[in-house]
Amino acid sequence: MTYQLETAQHPETLRRVAIDPVSRVEGHGKVTILLDDQNKVHQVRLHIVEFRGFEKFIQGRPYWEVPVMVQRLCGICPVSHHLAASKALDVIVGAKKLTATAEKMRRLMHYGQMLQSHALHFFHLCSPDLLFGFDSDVTKRNIVGVAMAHPETAKRGVLLRKFGQEVIRVTAGKRVHGTGAIPGGVNKALTVAERDELLKDIYHIVQWSRDAVHLIQKVHTQDPGLYNSFGIFRSNFMSIVGNNGDLDFYHGTLRARDDNGKIIFDHVDYQQYNQYIEEEVRPWSYMKFPFFKSLGKDHGWYKVGPLARVQNCNQISTPFAEHERKEFVDYAGGSPMHAPLAYHWTRMIEMLHAAEVIKELLHDDDLLGSDLVVEGERQMEGVGVIEAPRGTLFHHYQVDENDLITMANLIVSTTNNNQAMNEAIRHVARRYLHGHEVTEGLLNHIEVAIRAFDPCLSCATHALGKMPLEVELVDPEGRIVHSLSRS
Amino acid sequence: MSHTFTLDGKVIPFVDGQTIIQAASAAGVFIPHLCYHPEFKPHGSCKLCTVKVNGRHTASCTMRAAPGMVVESETEEINAERRALTQMLFVEGNHFCPSCEKSGNCQLQATAYHLGMMSPHYDHFFPNRAVDASHPEVLLDFNRCILCSLCVRASRDVDGKNVFGLSGRGIKTHLIVNAKSGQLADTDFTLDDKAAQVCPVGVILKKRRGFAVPIGERKFDKAPISETADTTEGR
Repeated sequence: MTYQLETAQHPETLRRVAIDPVSRVEGHGKVTILLDDQNKVHQVRLHIVEFRGFEKFIQGRPYWEVPVMVQRLCGICPVSHHLAASKALDVIVGAKKLTATAEKMRRLMHYGQMLQSHALHFFHLCSPDLLFGFDSDVTKRNIVGVAMAHPETAKRGVLLRKFGQEVIRVTAGKRVHGTGAIPGGVNKALTVAERDELLKDIYHIVQWSRDAVHLIQKVHTQDPGLYNSFGIFRSNFMSIVGNNGDLDFYHGTLRARDDNGKIIFDHVDYQQYNQYIEEEVRPWSYMKFPFFKSLGKDHGWYKVGPLARVQNCNQISTPFAEHERKEFVDYAGGSPMHAPLAYHWTRMIEMLHAAEVIKELLHDDDLLGSDLVVEGERQMEGVGVIEAPRGTLFHHYQVDENDLITMANLIVSTTNNNQAMNEAIRHVARRYLHGHEVTEGLLNHIEVAIRAFDPCLSCATHALGKMPLEVELVDPEGRIVHSLSRS
Repeated sequence: MSHTFTLDGKVIPFVDGQTIIQAASAAGVFIPHLCYHPEFKPHGSCKLCTVKVNGRHTASCTMRAAPGMVVESETEEINAERRALTQMLFVEGNHFCPSCEKSGNCQLQATAYHLGMMSPHYDHFFPNRAVDASHPEVLLDFNRCILCSLCVRASRDVDGKNVFGLSGRGIKTHLIVNAKSGQLADTDFTLDDKAAQVCPVGVILKKRRGFAVPIGERKFDKAPISETADTTEGR
């Protein structure tokens, strides 16, 4: 299937505008737009221009190195990769059930990360667009501008993130790229001093998170014409859900719904994820395009992340976040909300939930325990899945009898949103750019649509040797002189 | 009989037969080193322990102390040379500290910190070296070998097994396993061998143990190598 605006019929006759790099996102990406003489849009693509290749180069390495090595994919949410890999290796070492201390330490680490990553995204990266306007003065549309105009908001953003980083430090050993989780458990418990230090701040962290939900709710509901339709597309969506269908970032089973909210599959053990999900490669991107096998690649693509999770779960286990979830669902009117800008609202609901869970955990003495690691019968293959800040993250490994990795497959959160992000920017291009003179403010509309998904482009590109390549030699008149392809 | 020499102006006592590094170590003064190990005969190959004795360069692990020697060690000139040697070791192998189990317990890493090494400085060789995972209990990661020969000496002199050897010459020198297949599984090497305990870097590692000791609690996390009484690698 050819998606609308994915590939122009005669690109050689069109003018190319590039947003390179896309700013205020994690990693390096660019958008190319092909326009004709009347500024009509013919092609829009989000390209991921860097190549990482972790799937390939961890092959041949001993499995116990993997949780520490693969987290180097990213400096923003390394904990996600650290824990997804550790969960996969729990399966490999036969650790069917972790000790209470180990699971709660990992949970604390992960929820600390959700808090810091969501705070970073909302306050540092997106609040300039949301508070000042998408085409406001570009010299002020940044976190420094926010700090000047809204100092209390900016300060809270910095301190919320700092608190999340501290949670990571005491659980993983470092704020970035720690070593807390190991196959079968963790390498440390919390000390009383570490717990007490976090307890000093957690109550106002919860309150500030509530205020952040109310801030984005106000911004969203004050301008429904913009926020409910900007970059909108309808799609399936997916996440893991915990016991009783609770929102759960650390563990659960896979659940997918169609664009009307109807269940496509539910209670799926993620060890069998590849019976439900397949990945397509396209010649113009290093990032793969996953889809539900049952619906095929034309109709099976989906979105993940806060907007999917908050609408996929039955309820949220913590009271303030559950109240805010109900407010959001009521606003959506009983059917799934698909507006990309609603990601911000749901992201802040998740940040509030993360803060509340951290508060609960800090009152749980299991975190101070000493029983850290379990193991069992060694297996040759394991899958670990976690809800990273940006969405569902899959790590799948096979290990040989000598303990070396022989196969790795990573489906990274942002990869799950690949088609969704492309659809969003095409919608924005059609609505705002089509037939208009291109300005910086208009191009920022494209970036606003991308930012809503909080993509981490550096995590998402691993398709070594799998990408079909097409090379065309074109003469000055645009005629194809020679072409080569590898499928 | 007891005599003295001076090391960076400090009076160091020694007894007949002691080398400069042995006497310095006994007096609590650190001289950087990698191939030297107090339990083994000196090898004199890494040259990290180079000092100036009466104005001339020499390896302090092979030079016997003599009365009245004037020894210089912690000078910017000598440390610059040591730093360059350390940088060469880093670029000749594949030393990816972030995912190395030995990080924090590694003598090479600790020495680099001590010498203020801020970058590899030279172009990386990125050699293509296979991992030997054939042994059920021990992994050999040749990527990190610095050719100190401590495992060679330990296996030969203590274990009496001759499991390891250095092969090739010059820049092509490399560690080999003494088996027809070249695989550790085809030797009588065991985890109890002295050779399994002496690697200053992350070549000889116990299998299935990774990052069990948290960051901040490893040997050279707690104190720099220059202030650690036992400078051999951490466990």
